[in-house]
Amino acid sequence: MDGIHDMGGMDGFGPIPIEVDEPVFHGEWEGRVYAMNTVIGAWGKWNIDAGRYGIEQMDPAHYLASSYYERWLHRTSNMLVEHDMISRDELNGDATPDDPALQPRTAEEVFELQRKNRSARVDEDIAPKFKAGDKILVRNIHPKSHTRVPRYVRGRHGVIDRDHGVFIFPDTNALFQGKKPQHIYSVRFDAQELWGPDAPSQDKLYLDLCDDYMDPA
Amino acid sequence: MDDHHDHSHLSDTELRVRALESLLTDKGLVDPAALDDIVDHYENKVGPRNGAKVVARAWTDPAFKKLLLEDATAAIGSLGYVGTQGADMVVLENTESVHNVTVCTLCSCYPWSVLGLPPAWYKSFPFRARLVKEPRAVLQEFGLELDDDVEVRVWDSTAELRYLVLPEQPDGSEGMSEDELIDLVTRNSMIGTEKVPAPGGKT
Repeated sequence: MDGIHDMGGMDGFGPIPIEVDEPVFHGEWEGRVYAMNTVIGAWGKWNIDAGRYGIEQMDPAHYLASSYYERWLHRTSNMLVEHDMISRDELNGDATPDDPALQPRTAEEVFELQRKNRSARVDEDIAPKFKAGDKILVRNIHPKSHTRVPRYVRGRHGVIDRDHGVFIFPDTNALFQGKKPQHIYSVRFDAQELWGPDAPSQDKLYLDLCDDYMDPA
Repeated sequence: MDDHHDHSHLSDTELRVRALESLLTDKGLVDPAALDDIVDHYENKVGPRNGAKVVARAWTDPAFKKLLLEDATAAIGSLGYVGTQGADMVVLENTESVHNVTVCTLCSCYPWSVLGLPPAWYKSFPFRARLVKEPRAVLQEFGLELDDDVEVRVWDSTAELRYLVLPEQPDGSEGMSEDELIDLVTRNSMIGTEKVPAPGGKT
Protein backbone atom coordinates (compact mmCIF):
# COMPACT_ATOMS: atom_id res chain seq x y z
CA MET A 1 0.00 0.00 0.00
CA ASP A 2 1.12 3.56 -0.66
CA GLY A 3 1.19 4.27 3.06
CA ILE A 4 2.92 6.66 5.43
CA HIS A 5 5.40 3.89 6.33
CA ASP A 6 6.97 4.12 2.85
CA MET A 7 9.23 7.01 3.83
CA GLY A 8 12.24 6.73 1.55
CA GLY A 9 12.98 10.13 0.00
CA MET A 10 10.52 12.23 2.01
CA ASP A 11 11.63 15.68 3.21
CA GLY A 12 10.73 17.68 6.28
CA PHE A 13 11.53 15.33 9.16
CA GLY A 14 14.53 17.33 10.35
CA PRO A 15 17.96 16.18 11.60
CA ILE A 16 18.78 12.65 12.73
CA PRO A 17 18.02 12.41 16.50
CA ILE A 18 21.37 10.97 17.56
CA GLU A 19 21.52 10.07 21.26
CA VAL A 20 24.82 9.27 22.96
CA ASP A 21 24.97 6.10 25.10
CA GLU A 22 21.28 5.39 24.70
CA PRO A 23 19.72 2.45 26.59
CA VAL A 24 18.34 -0.60 24.78
CA PHE A 25 14.87 0.28 26.08
CA HIS A 26 13.94 3.85 27.02
CA GLY A 27 11.43 2.79 29.64
CA GLU A 28 10.40 -0.46 31.23
CA TRP A 29 7.25 -0.52 29.08
CA GLU A 30 9.29 -0.68 25.86
CA GLY A 31 10.95 -3.88 27.00
CA ARG A 32 7.59 -5.37 28.03
CA VAL A 33 6.11 -4.55 24.60
CA TYR A 34 9.11 -6.04 22.84
CA ALA A 35 9.01 -9.21 24.94
CA MET A 36 5.23 -9.65 24.71
CA ASN A 37 5.41 -9.27 20.97
CA THR A 38 8.15 -11.90 20.82
CA VAL A 39 6.25 -14.41 22.96
CA ILE A 40 2.96 -13.82 21.14
CA GLY A 41 4.78 -14.15 17.81
CA ALA A 42 5.99 -17.59 18.91
CA TRP A 43 2.35 -18.77 18.97
CA GLY A 44 2.59 -18.59 15.18
CA LYS A 45 -0.88 -17.14 14.57
CA TRP A 46 0.52 -14.69 12.05
CA ASN A 47 3.73 -14.18 10.10
CA ILE A 48 6.23 -11.32 9.98
CA ASP A 49 4.73 -9.89 6.78
CA ALA A 50 1.23 -9.81 8.28
CA GLY A 51 2.72 -8.17 11.36
CA ARG A 52 4.33 -5.44 9.26
CA TYR A 53 1.06 -4.95 7.37
CA GLY A 54 -0.66 -4.54 10.74
CA ILE A 55 1.52 -1.49 11.44
CA GLU A 56 1.16 -0.11 7.92
CA GLN A 57 -2.63 -0.01 8.31
CA MET A 58 -2.45 2.46 11.21
CA ASP A 59 -4.08 5.81 10.61
CA PRO A 60 -1.24 7.94 9.16
CA ALA A 61 -1.58 10.68 11.77
CA HIS A 62 -1.47 8.08 14.54
CA TYR A 63 1.57 6.41 12.92
CA LEU A 64 3.48 9.69 12.81
CA ALA A 65 2.54 10.58 16.39
CA SER A 66 3.63 7.19 17.77
CA SER A 67 7.06 5.96 18.77
CA TYR A 68 8.39 2.65 17.45
CA TYR A 69 7.23 0.52 20.37
CA GLU A 70 3.89 2.38 20.54
CA ARG A 71 3.31 1.21 16.97
CA TRP A 72 4.18 -2.34 18.04
CA LEU A 73 1.74 -2.11 20.96
CA HIS A 74 -1.04 -0.93 18.66
CA ARG A 75 -0.34 -3.66 16.10
CA THR A 76 -0.01 -6.52 18.56
CA SER A 77 -3.14 -5.53 20.49
CA ASN A 78 -5.20 -5.38 17.29
CA MET A 79 -3.85 -8.63 15.88
CA LEU A 80 -4.54 -10.48 19.12
CA VAL A 81 -8.19 -9.53 18.64
CA GLU A 82 -8.26 -10.21 14.89
CA HIS A 83 -6.84 -13.68 15.47
CA ASP A 84 -9.25 -14.48 18.31
CA MET A 85 -6.56 -14.77 20.98
CA ILE A 86 -8.32 -12.12 23.08
CA SER A 87 -11.65 -10.31 22.65
CA ARG A 88 -12.07 -6.59 22.03
CA ASP A 89 -13.98 -6.38 25.32
CA GLU A 90 -11.11 -8.02 27.17
CA LEU A 91 -8.63 -5.63 25.55
CA ASN A 92 -10.76 -2.67 26.59
CA GLY A 93 -11.10 -3.97 30.15
CA ASP A 94 -14.84 -4.56 29.74
CA ALA A 95 -14.73 -8.33 30.22
CA THR A 96 -13.03 -10.70 32.63
CA PRO A 97 -10.98 -13.38 30.90
CA ASP A 98 -11.86 -17.05 31.26
CA ASP A 99 -9.56 -19.37 33.14
CA PRO A 100 -6.46 -19.97 31.05
CA ALA A 101 -6.68 -22.97 28.77
CA LEU A 102 -3.14 -22.49 27.51
CA GLN A 103 0.35 -23.06 28.82
CA PRO A 104 2.54 -20.04 28.00
CA ARG A 105 5.92 -20.59 26.43
CA THR A 106 9.07 -20.15 28.48
CA ALA A 107 11.79 -17.76 27.38
CA GLU A 108 14.01 -20.72 26.51
CA GLU A 109 11.35 -22.15 24.20
CA VAL A 110 11.04 -18.75 22.53
CA PHE A 111 14.82 -18.42 22.11
CA GLU A 112 14.97 -21.91 20.65
CA LEU A 113 12.29 -20.98 18.10
CA GLN A 114 14.26 -17.83 17.26
CA ARG A 115 17.46 -19.80 16.75
CA LYS A 116 15.80 -22.27 14.39
CA ASN A 117 13.57 -21.99 11.44
CA ARG A 118 13.38 -18.21 11.23
CA SER A 119 14.68 -17.83 7.71
CA ALA A 120 12.25 -16.69 5.02
CA ARG A 121 14.26 -18.81 2.57
CA VAL A 122 12.27 -21.52 0.77
CA ASP A 123 13.95 -24.79 -0.16
CA GLU A 124 12.39 -25.16 -3.61
CA ASP A 125 14.06 -25.35 -6.98
CA ILE A 126 12.53 -22.37 -8.77
CA ALA A 127 14.10 -20.85 -11.88
CA PRO A 128 15.26 -17.23 -11.50
CA LYS A 129 13.85 -14.65 -13.93
CA PHE A 130 17.12 -12.70 -13.85
CA LYS A 131 20.86 -13.13 -13.44
CA ALA A 132 23.61 -10.83 -12.24
CA GLY A 133 24.22 -8.03 -14.74
CA ASP A 134 20.69 -8.08 -16.21
CA LYS A 135 19.04 -4.70 -16.68
CA ILE A 136 15.59 -4.42 -15.10
CA LEU A 137 12.67 -2.03 -14.89
CA VAL A 138 10.80 -1.97 -11.58
CA ARG A 139 7.09 -2.41 -12.19
CA ASN A 140 4.89 0.61 -11.65
CA ILE A 141 2.54 -1.19 -9.30
CA HIS A 142 0.38 0.17 -6.47
CA PRO A 143 -1.09 -2.75 -4.55
CA LYS A 144 -3.59 -1.71 -1.87
CA SER A 145 -2.10 -4.22 0.58
CA HIS A 146 1.38 -5.08 1.85
CA THR A 147 4.33 -4.89 -0.51
CA ARG A 148 8.09 -4.48 -0.13
CA VAL A 149 8.82 -2.45 -3.23
CA PRO A 150 9.12 1.19 -2.11
CA ARG A 151 7.57 3.97 -4.17
CA TYR A 152 10.91 5.61 -4.82
CA VAL A 153 12.11 2.80 -7.11
CA ARG A 154 8.89 2.01 -8.99
CA GLY A 155 9.23 2.70 -12.69
CA ARG A 156 13.02 3.06 -12.36
CA HIS A 157 15.81 1.21 -14.12
CA GLY A 158 18.36 -0.87 -12.24
CA VAL A 159 20.83 -3.73 -12.64
CA ILE A 160 20.76 -7.12 -10.91
CA ASP A 161 23.78 -7.20 -8.60
CA ARG A 162 23.36 -10.68 -7.12
CA ASP A 163 20.77 -13.43 -6.73
CA HIS A 164 20.05 -14.32 -3.08
CA GLY A 165 17.98 -17.41 -3.87
CA VAL A 166 14.36 -18.34 -3.27
CA PHE A 167 12.31 -16.62 -0.54
CA ILE A 168 8.72 -16.20 0.61
CA PHE A 169 6.86 -13.50 -1.37
CA PRO A 170 5.76 -10.96 1.26
CA ASP A 171 2.81 -9.57 -0.68
CA THR A 172 0.84 -12.84 -0.61
CA ASN A 173 2.21 -14.04 2.72
CA ALA A 174 0.96 -10.91 4.50
CA LEU A 175 -2.58 -11.80 3.38
CA PHE A 176 -2.23 -15.50 4.34
CA GLN A 177 -2.54 -16.32 0.62
CA GLY A 178 0.51 -18.52 0.39
CA LYS A 179 4.28 -18.20 0.12
CA LYS A 180 4.51 -17.88 -3.68
CA PRO A 181 8.25 -18.57 -3.44
CA GLN A 182 10.50 -16.69 -5.86
CA HIS A 183 14.01 -15.31 -6.21
CA ILE A 184 15.13 -12.17 -4.43
CA TYR A 185 18.00 -10.11 -5.79
CA SER A 186 20.07 -7.18 -4.70
CA VAL A 187 19.32 -4.61 -7.37
CA ARG A 188 21.61 -1.66 -7.98
CA PHE A 189 20.35 1.79 -8.95
CA ASP A 190 22.32 4.91 -9.85
CA ALA A 191 21.51 7.70 -7.41
CA GLN A 192 20.81 9.92 -10.42
CA GLU A 193 18.25 7.45 -11.80
CA LEU A 194 16.26 7.83 -8.57
CA TRP A 195 16.94 11.43 -7.53
CA GLY A 196 17.86 13.25 -10.74
CA PRO A 197 20.97 14.97 -12.09
CA ASP A 198 21.78 16.80 -8.86
CA ALA A 199 22.60 13.52 -7.07
CA PRO A 200 26.31 12.53 -7.05
CA SER A 201 27.01 10.57 -10.22
CA GLN A 202 29.15 7.96 -8.43
CA ASP A 203 26.65 7.07 -5.67
CA LYS A 204 24.48 3.95 -5.75
CA LEU A 205 21.49 2.44 -3.98
CA TYR A 206 20.81 -1.24 -3.50
CA LEU A 207 17.40 -2.76 -2.73
CA ASP A 208 16.33 -6.37 -2.31
CA LEU A 209 13.56 -7.00 -4.82
CA CYS A 210 11.52 -10.06 -5.83
CA ASP A 211 10.94 -11.46 -9.33
CA ASP A 212 7.34 -10.22 -9.24
CA TYR A 213 8.44 -6.60 -8.76
CA MET A 214 10.49 -6.39 -11.97
CA ASP A 215 10.51 -6.79 -15.77
CA PRO A 216 13.52 -7.10 -18.08
CA ALA A 217 14.64 -3.77 -19.52
CA MET B 1 11.43 10.87 17.97
CA ASP B 2 9.60 13.88 19.35
CA ASP B 3 10.24 14.15 23.07
CA HIS B 4 7.21 16.32 23.78
CA HIS B 5 4.98 13.77 22.25
CA ASP B 6 6.51 10.77 24.02
CA HIS B 7 6.17 12.41 27.42
CA SER B 8 2.55 13.43 26.94
CA HIS B 9 1.63 9.84 26.09
CA LEU B 10 3.91 8.00 28.46
CA SER B 11 1.59 7.33 31.37
CA ASP B 12 -1.28 6.34 29.12
CA THR B 13 0.99 4.01 27.18
CA GLU B 14 2.40 2.52 30.36
CA LEU B 15 -1.08 1.82 31.65
CA ARG B 16 -2.06 0.13 28.41
CA VAL B 17 1.08 -2.01 28.45
CA ARG B 18 0.45 -3.10 32.04
CA ALA B 19 -3.19 -3.90 31.27
CA LEU B 20 -2.19 -5.94 28.23
CA GLU B 21 0.46 -7.90 30.13
CA SER B 22 -2.04 -8.63 32.90
CA LEU B 23 -4.66 -9.78 30.40
CA LEU B 24 -2.25 -11.97 28.43
CA THR B 25 -0.97 -13.50 31.67
CA ASP B 26 -4.52 -14.25 32.81
CA LYS B 27 -5.23 -15.83 29.42
CA GLY B 28 -2.19 -18.09 29.67
CA LEU B 29 -0.65 -16.49 26.59
CA VAL B 30 2.47 -15.06 28.25
CA ASP B 31 4.45 -15.83 31.37
CA PRO B 32 5.82 -12.65 33.02
CA ALA B 33 9.00 -14.52 33.98
CA ALA B 34 9.59 -15.25 30.29
CA LEU B 35 9.19 -11.54 29.53
CA ASP B 36 11.80 -10.75 32.19
CA ASP B 37 14.23 -13.19 30.57
CA ILE B 38 13.67 -11.80 27.08
CA VAL B 39 14.23 -8.21 28.24
CA ASP B 40 17.39 -9.31 30.05
CA HIS B 41 18.59 -11.16 26.94
CA TYR B 42 18.38 -8.07 24.74
CA GLU B 43 19.58 -5.63 27.43
CA ASN B 44 22.57 -7.68 28.55
CA LYS B 45 23.43 -10.63 26.30
CA VAL B 46 22.93 -9.72 22.65
CA GLY B 47 24.42 -6.53 21.32
CA PRO B 48 26.97 -4.97 18.98
CA ARG B 49 29.80 -6.82 20.70
CA ASN B 50 28.73 -9.84 18.65
CA GLY B 51 29.22 -7.88 15.45
CA ALA B 52 32.50 -6.45 16.76
CA LYS B 53 33.79 -9.99 17.18
CA VAL B 54 32.86 -10.77 13.56
CA VAL B 55 34.72 -7.65 12.39
CA ALA B 56 37.79 -8.26 14.55
CA ARG B 57 37.97 -11.87 13.34
CA ALA B 58 37.77 -10.70 9.72
CA TRP B 59 40.61 -8.23 10.31
CA THR B 60 42.87 -10.89 11.79
CA ASP B 61 41.93 -14.04 9.85
CA PRO B 62 42.01 -13.75 6.02
CA ALA B 63 40.28 -17.12 5.53
CA PHE B 64 37.42 -16.03 7.80
CA LYS B 65 37.15 -12.72 5.95
CA LYS B 66 36.97 -14.51 2.61
CA LEU B 67 34.16 -16.74 3.86
CA LEU B 68 32.43 -13.76 5.48
CA LEU B 69 32.23 -11.89 2.18
CA GLU B 70 31.18 -14.99 0.22
CA ASP B 71 28.77 -16.59 2.70
CA ALA B 72 28.17 -14.27 5.62
CA THR B 73 25.47 -16.48 7.16
CA ALA B 74 27.90 -19.41 7.43
CA ALA B 75 30.81 -17.32 8.68
CA ILE B 76 28.75 -15.51 11.32
CA GLY B 77 27.00 -18.74 12.27
CA SER B 78 30.40 -20.34 12.93
CA LEU B 79 30.77 -17.84 15.80
CA GLY B 80 27.37 -18.88 17.16
CA TYR B 81 25.35 -15.85 16.03
CA VAL B 82 22.23 -17.19 14.32
CA GLY B 83 18.47 -16.84 14.22
CA THR B 84 15.78 -14.19 14.08
CA GLN B 85 16.68 -11.03 12.14
CA GLY B 86 20.02 -12.51 11.20
CA ALA B 87 19.06 -15.81 9.58
CA ASP B 88 20.27 -14.64 6.16
CA MET B 89 23.21 -12.27 6.40
CA VAL B 90 25.18 -10.23 3.88
CA VAL B 91 28.43 -8.43 4.77
CA LEU B 92 29.50 -5.29 2.91
CA GLU B 93 33.17 -4.31 2.92
CA ASN B 94 34.11 -0.66 3.25
CA THR B 95 37.31 0.39 1.52
CA GLU B 96 39.14 3.61 0.67
CA SER B 97 36.98 4.03 -2.40
CA VAL B 98 33.60 2.50 -1.39
CA HIS B 99 31.52 3.40 1.66
CA ASN B 100 28.48 1.22 2.47
CA VAL B 101 25.68 2.29 4.82
CA THR B 102 22.43 0.49 5.68
CA VAL B 103 18.84 1.54 6.37
CA CYS B 104 15.30 0.17 6.28
CA THR B 105 12.98 2.78 4.79
CA LEU B 106 9.79 0.69 5.15
CA CYS B 107 10.08 -0.36 8.82
CA SER B 108 13.31 -0.77 10.79
CA CYS B 109 14.91 -4.07 9.73
CA TYR B 110 18.24 -4.55 11.50
CA PRO B 111 20.57 -7.53 12.13
CA TRP B 112 19.55 -8.34 15.71
CA SER B 113 21.78 -11.42 15.99
CA VAL B 114 24.97 -9.41 15.51
CA LEU B 115 24.03 -5.87 16.59
CA GLY B 116 21.18 -6.38 19.09
CA LEU B 117 18.15 -4.10 18.87
CA PRO B 118 18.49 -0.92 16.82
CA PRO B 119 19.13 2.52 18.32
CA ALA B 120 16.23 4.99 18.24
CA TRP B 121 17.84 7.09 15.51
CA TYR B 122 17.96 4.08 13.17
CA LYS B 123 14.18 3.70 13.63
CA SER B 124 13.54 7.44 13.37
CA PHE B 125 11.59 9.02 10.53
CA PRO B 126 14.46 11.36 9.52
CA PHE B 127 16.91 8.48 9.05
CA ARG B 128 14.40 6.29 7.19
CA ALA B 129 13.34 9.17 4.95
CA ARG B 130 16.64 10.86 4.23
CA LEU B 131 19.45 8.31 3.98
CA VAL B 132 18.43 7.00 0.56
CA LYS B 133 18.14 10.49 -0.91
CA GLU B 134 20.91 12.48 0.74
CA PRO B 135 23.30 9.99 2.33
CA ARG B 136 26.25 12.37 2.40
CA ALA B 137 24.27 15.01 4.32
CA VAL B 138 23.06 12.37 6.79
CA LEU B 139 26.58 11.01 7.29
CA GLN B 140 27.83 14.55 7.97
CA GLU B 141 25.39 14.71 10.90
CA PHE B 142 27.26 11.68 12.30
CA GLY B 143 30.53 13.55 11.79
CA LEU B 144 31.57 11.58 8.72
CA GLU B 145 32.78 13.62 5.73
CA LEU B 146 33.42 11.56 2.61
CA ASP B 147 35.52 12.74 -0.31
CA ASP B 148 33.80 13.21 -3.65
CA ASP B 149 35.78 10.34 -5.16
CA VAL B 150 34.36 7.85 -2.65
CA GLU B 151 31.37 5.88 -3.97
CA VAL B 152 28.54 5.83 -1.43
CA ARG B 153 26.40 2.70 -1.51
CA VAL B 154 23.13 2.82 0.44
CA TRP B 155 21.51 -0.55 1.15
CA ASP B 156 17.75 -0.41 1.84
CA SER B 157 16.79 -3.66 3.64
CA THR B 158 13.54 -4.29 1.79
CA ALA B 159 13.56 -8.11 2.12
CA GLU B 160 14.74 -10.66 4.70
CA LEU B 161 18.48 -10.26 4.05
CA ARG B 162 20.18 -8.48 6.92
CA TYR B 163 23.27 -6.36 6.36
CA LEU B 164 26.42 -5.86 8.39
CA VAL B 165 29.09 -3.40 7.28
CA LEU B 166 32.70 -4.54 7.59
CA PRO B 167 34.46 -1.26 8.38
CA GLU B 168 38.03 -0.44 7.42
CA GLN B 169 40.61 -1.37 10.01
CA PRO B 170 41.98 1.91 11.39
CA ASP B 171 45.60 2.96 11.10
CA GLY B 172 47.61 2.13 14.18
CA SER B 173 45.68 -1.03 15.01
CA GLU B 174 47.90 -3.41 13.06
CA GLY B 175 49.21 -6.21 15.24
CA MET B 176 46.56 -5.75 17.92
CA SER B 177 44.91 -8.90 19.27
CA GLU B 178 41.35 -9.90 18.38
CA ASP B 179 40.16 -8.91 21.87
CA GLU B 180 41.80 -5.50 21.62
CA LEU B 181 40.26 -4.95 18.20
CA ILE B 182 36.78 -5.91 19.47
CA ASP B 183 36.98 -2.98 21.90
CA LEU B 184 37.72 -0.60 19.01
CA VAL B 185 34.77 -1.52 16.79
CA THR B 186 31.72 0.71 17.24
CA ARG B 187 28.10 -0.19 16.53
CA ASN B 188 27.68 2.74 14.14
CA SER B 189 30.72 1.64 12.12
CA MET B 190 28.89 -1.65 11.43
CA ILE B 191 25.78 0.25 10.26
CA GLY B 192 28.02 2.48 8.17
CA THR B 193 27.36 5.87 9.78
CA GLU B 194 30.91 6.27 11.03
CA LYS B 195 34.42 4.88 10.65
CA VAL B 196 36.20 2.94 13.37
CA PRO B 197 38.31 5.45 15.28
CA ALA B 198 42.06 4.89 15.51
CA PRO B 199 43.22 3.38 18.81
CA GLY B 200 43.81 5.97 21.50
CA GLY B 201 42.08 8.56 19.37
CA LYS B 202 38.77 10.27 19.65
CA THR B 203 35.70 8.20 20.43
